[in-house]
Amino acid sequence: MSSASSTTSGAAKPASTRAKPANKWEAAADWTDGRLGIYSLAKANLRKIFPDHWSFMLGEICLYTFVIIILTGVYLTLFFKPSMAEVVYNGSYVPLKGIGMSEAYASTVDISFEVRGGLLIRQIHHWAALVFVAAMLVHMMRVFFTGAFRKPREINWVFGFLLLVLGMFDGFFGYSLPDDLLSGTGIRFMEGAILAVPLVGTYVQMFLFGGEFPGHDIVPRFFTIHVLLIPGIMLGLLVAHLILVFYHKHTQWAGPGKTEKNVVGMPLMPVYMAKAGGFFFLVFGLIAAISAIATINPIWAYGPYRPDQVSTDAQPDWYMGFSEGLIRVMPGWEVGLWGHTLNLGVFIPLMIFPLVLVSIAVYPFIEGWITGDKREHHILDRPRNAPVRTALGAAWISLYLVLLVGGGNDLFATHLHLSINSITYFVRVGFFAVPVITFIITKRWCLGLQRRDKEKVLHGRETGVIKRLPHGEFVEVHAQLPQKDLYKLTAHEQIQPVELPAQTDENGVAAKSGLLNRTRAKLSRGFYGGGSQIPKPTSEEHHEITSGHGHH
Amino acid sequence: MKKLSARRRHPLAALVVLLLALAATGGLYAAFAPADKAQADVAAQSLAIDEGKKLFAVGCSSCHGLNGQGSSDGPSLVGVGSASVDFQVGTGRMPAQQPGAQVPRKKNIYSQAEIDQLAAFVASLGPGPVTPTKEQYTSTNPDDISKGGELFRTNCAQCHNFAGQGGALTKGKYAPALEGVDAKHIYEAMQTGPQQMPSFPDTTMPEEQKKQIVAFVRHTTNDEPNPGGLTLGSLGPVTEGLFGWIFGLGTLIAVAIWVAAHTTKAKKS
Amino acid sequence: MSHDMSEEKLPESHGSAGEVAEHGDPFADPGLPAHEPRRTDIDERAAQRAERQVSLMFVVSMIATVGFIASYVAIDPDKIVYIFPLGHVSALNFALGLTLGVALFMIGAGAVHWARTLMSDVELPAERHPIEADDEVRADVIDQFKTGAAESGFGRRKMIRNTLIGSMALVPLSGVVLLRDLGPLPEKKLKETGWKEATPVKPLQLINMSTSQPMKAEDIVVGSLTFAMPEGLHVHDEDFQQAIAKDALMLVRIAPDDIKDDKSREKGFEGILAYSKICTHVGCPISLYEQQTHHALCPCHQSTFDLADGARVIFGPAGHPLPQLKITTDEKGFLVATGDFEEPVGPSYWERAR
Repeated sequence: MSSASSTTSGAAKPASTRAKPANKWEAAADWTDGRLGIYSLAKANLRKIFPDHWSFMLGEICLYTFVIIILTGVYLTLFFKPSMAEVVYNGSYVPLKGIGMSEAYASTVDISFEVRGGLLIRQIHHWAALVFVAAMLVHMMRVFFTGAFRKPREINWVFGFLLLVLGMFDGFFGYSLPDDLLSGTGIRFMEGAILAVPLVGTYVQMFLFGGEFPGHDIVPRFFTIHVLLIPGIMLGLLVAHLILVFYHKHTQWAGPGKTEKNVVGMPLMPVYMAKAGGFFFLVFGLIAAISAIATINPIWAYGPYRPDQVSTDAQPDWYMGFSEGLIRVMPGWEVGLWGHTLNLGVFIPLMIFPLVLVSIAVYPFIEGWITGDKREHHILDRPRNAPVRTALGAAWISLYLVLLVGGGNDLFATHLHLSINSITYFVRVGFFAVPVITFIITKRWCLGLQRRDKEKVLHGRETGVIKRLPHGEFVEVHAQLPQKDLYKLTAHEQIQPVELPAQTDENGVAAKSGLLNRTRAKLSRGFYGGGSQIPKPTSEEHHEITSGHGHH
Repeated sequence: MKKLSARRRHPLAALVVLLLALAATGGLYAAFAPADKAQADVAAQSLAIDEGKKLFAVGCSSCHGLNGQGSSDGPSLVGVGSASVDFQVGTGRMPAQQPGAQVPRKKNIYSQAEIDQLAAFVASLGPGPVTPTKEQYTSTNPDDISKGGELFRTNCAQCHNFAGQGGALTKGKYAPALEGVDAKHIYEAMQTGPQQMPSFPDTTMPEEQKKQIVAFVRHTTNDEPNPGGLTLGSLGPVTEGLFGWIFGLGTLIAVAIWVAAHTTKAKKS
Repeated sequence: MSHDMSEEKLPESHGSAGEVAEHGDPFADPGLPAHEPRRTDIDERAAQRAERQVSLMFVVSMIATVGFIASYVAIDPDKIVYIFPLGHVSALNFALGLTLGVALFMIGAGAVHWARTLMSDVELPAERHPIEADDEVRADVIDQFKTGAAESGFGRRKMIRNTLIGSMALVPLSGVVLLRDLGPLPEKKLKETGWKEATPVKPLQLINMSTSQPMKAEDIVVGSLTFAMPEGLHVHDEDFQQAIAKDALMLVRIAPDDIKDDKSREKGFEGILAYSKICTHVGCPISLYEQQTHHALCPCHQSTFDLADGARVIFGPAGHPLPQLKITTDEKGFLVATGDFEEPVGPSYWERAR
């Protein structure tokens, strides 16, 4: 203030040294910058570069469906009554006239039939939720198979994983709210699962439900969890996830001019503002159109929940389907322990359920430990170039799919004319066998693709032109790949297995390496040993073959 | 229903129930007993039985025995009543093509007159559920739909699904879909309990309630619109999930490919 | 341990594309390819055409929004129309969804088309900087932290440290304690059902769920299936849901000779057996009764019980048989229960004695 020397007439006014704004927009921006510092923020981000690839937009699908779910969810709360008080229905839907039901169910039926556009918003909300979780899973798989979870992105991987788990549970809570026959059956399952927990099960059940099942509290309590608690946490995680994406800058595929030290693509303003912003409208528009043509969760047809009624085809939404599979195929083991009952038939699946999820979540840390790699990675792996990782991921997916089949065993039975019992037996065996088979096949497939890449690099691509040699032999002419392709196919690094430190130190004293070290060395050989990758062509090999071309 | 339960303890309740029961029995008797009708009816009836016996000998006796006494290939038909015959033959389940876990519904090869003759013959073997009349299974009261819905969810939805789409039973058996099934046949199935289906006799589920269930099933599978769009089979979240993956996420990924793809260059390099 | 990573080169601005280097490493990074123009970059007419296409999409979106509002105002929510291949759908839902879908989709399509055809598609490199701070910054921060820690005396004044940790550890307990009133303690609640009111002196009638009437033994025929609740319970009672979640019965009648379990036969009345309808797995109302095999299947997780053999579990994840209620008839011939189930109904839990 004191040092500001003013050139304007009058008293010495405090002034910024900034040049006069050219127009009122700049003036407004200046005003905002003086308070929020937007210029420094924009300097780093306005022309931020994003690489172009469809698989980089999977995360955007998640983000946009999340926004759609929030928007439609807020609308639904304006009409939904989270209450289990009994009312008698007297609305326009004939098959429910005069039936007693909870206010929660009645208000959901009213949203569907009395509120204009209510049905559409309900369907958008639910379809977007299904797509949201599906997109998160596919997004996670993209990150997994390309190794995008490596340093420095491990923490963002964990954030993403937490978002997936929270999304699944929030979906389940939302599914439980309308208090229809299907959702009530889902809550009943949840009650049974809680009761199966040793020691505290009955207490947790009583506290959660405010007494015996179903009581009058569970819908209002789930409502708070569904609309406030979980979305609040998710919003926080989501913001952190996005900040980290910006901070780390996006990964990119190997290619000419693309290195670990740059990111090549188009700027946020204007291209990605238009593309990403436009994509939001595309996602919203498509989900609105789907909601115009396909019914989801026709709660009016299920009828209100009553604990003594049930409909066949009682399943959760797809993302809980794998846990449903676990529960369905588990043998009914129940053991007595010191006068107590341990319901293993429910408790074991209840424990495997988080294990299935956690097993994929901790993978980046296990891989990081095995490789001991401390460098940053910004160039993505092609899945074939990490055969063991790819095979593990495929095995995980196959396990997930087998359990989904188990979760829908009744529909597979009726539609494929099979017996539910045989499907259940198949899933019991498949739970152990299918992931192993998938692992072996995928790994071999990856190695085959690596060999083909090597072949292409060293001998060029098949042109389809057949030439007849003077002595009568027919050969296909191979064309040398352009350098950009050669670079792309050889840009990946091949990790070598770690070696155990010498069994004896320099003084000849036996230095036993710990169990952990030996395990690590063993795993490293399994991941990166001779059986797990094809050595990539070297420029010497290439030189030798190309210079001697024609007379091999 | 509330009114009914509330007044159940009324001192006169027993009397009312008794009167109702008497009236129902009387009504049933009046409906089924041919006594008061003209002698011609009796004659027609015995003629039908004779005709039915001939048809039976040709189409049914190889499994059920010449007199419907049953054999190792088919159960005894004594006491199954005309409703059973009308259901089994009318829905094409009988004659069965082959014995198996479950005899499926198929095209019916008999005319209704022939079925009636067969039914008359089987009914003559022993008393059993009688083919319902049109009044018994046709509801005229619009309130019956919602009452039937509640009864359906208590007694039927566990096997036949909330929208009558059917479902799986043990070891490859199934509860069939109710779409396109005649009201009469739905009624008869409840009366007689065909194959694995338990029966819902008039003693535990009065005629009026069967009529309500039929009204609900017919409404749900025929008249009820699907306001939200495609029903996806009314099979619950499994088909919804499949649709969401294929048409929801699938389309979005296709769109993402378009968004991210590079625009075609002016000339190919 | 890792293979050489020497290919880490910064892009050589705009290298020549597609040519194999005559000498040196054939696998070297050729650098970013030169930008190639699109049609719209060099042909102004193509650019104008693209501009018109984008604007058209935005106009279609505007029309669709008008259509949305018009549909909202004009279409009766009860109106059903037949639309192939969707079936008889709500006219309002279909119109609103489609117009909203088009309105939104066209904004997005227009924006993307604009970006793809008219905005620059020159690929630009941006440099990355290591996430890790350099050693100088690192040393500085650690130094600052040490200074701060030393000034606080946190390490030196152990009493403060320990009491702070203690108070921080205790304070969340208040929050935990506050959760106590979420619900009652389990006590004996799960062990009893509404049938406990029945005694041999004052038995409870079994009330048919469909008719709300008591039943006589002769009403239940072999092969039939009936559901029942205890006398005195009414559908519109405030706690009906809680009561029926434990009291619901499934009544079947099996020819006494076909009943394999003697205890089960004794609990029944002339072959009429009253089992709990609540599955012992996780509590679904099990009721898919196959009258010929006497198997009852749960629609939720396919636990299968043999009702002719004391509801033994023959398949699926349930851990123990369905509890059976002992029934008899009263002096008027109505089916009654004279006591509660001998074991808790529904899913098993830790305190449930085996």
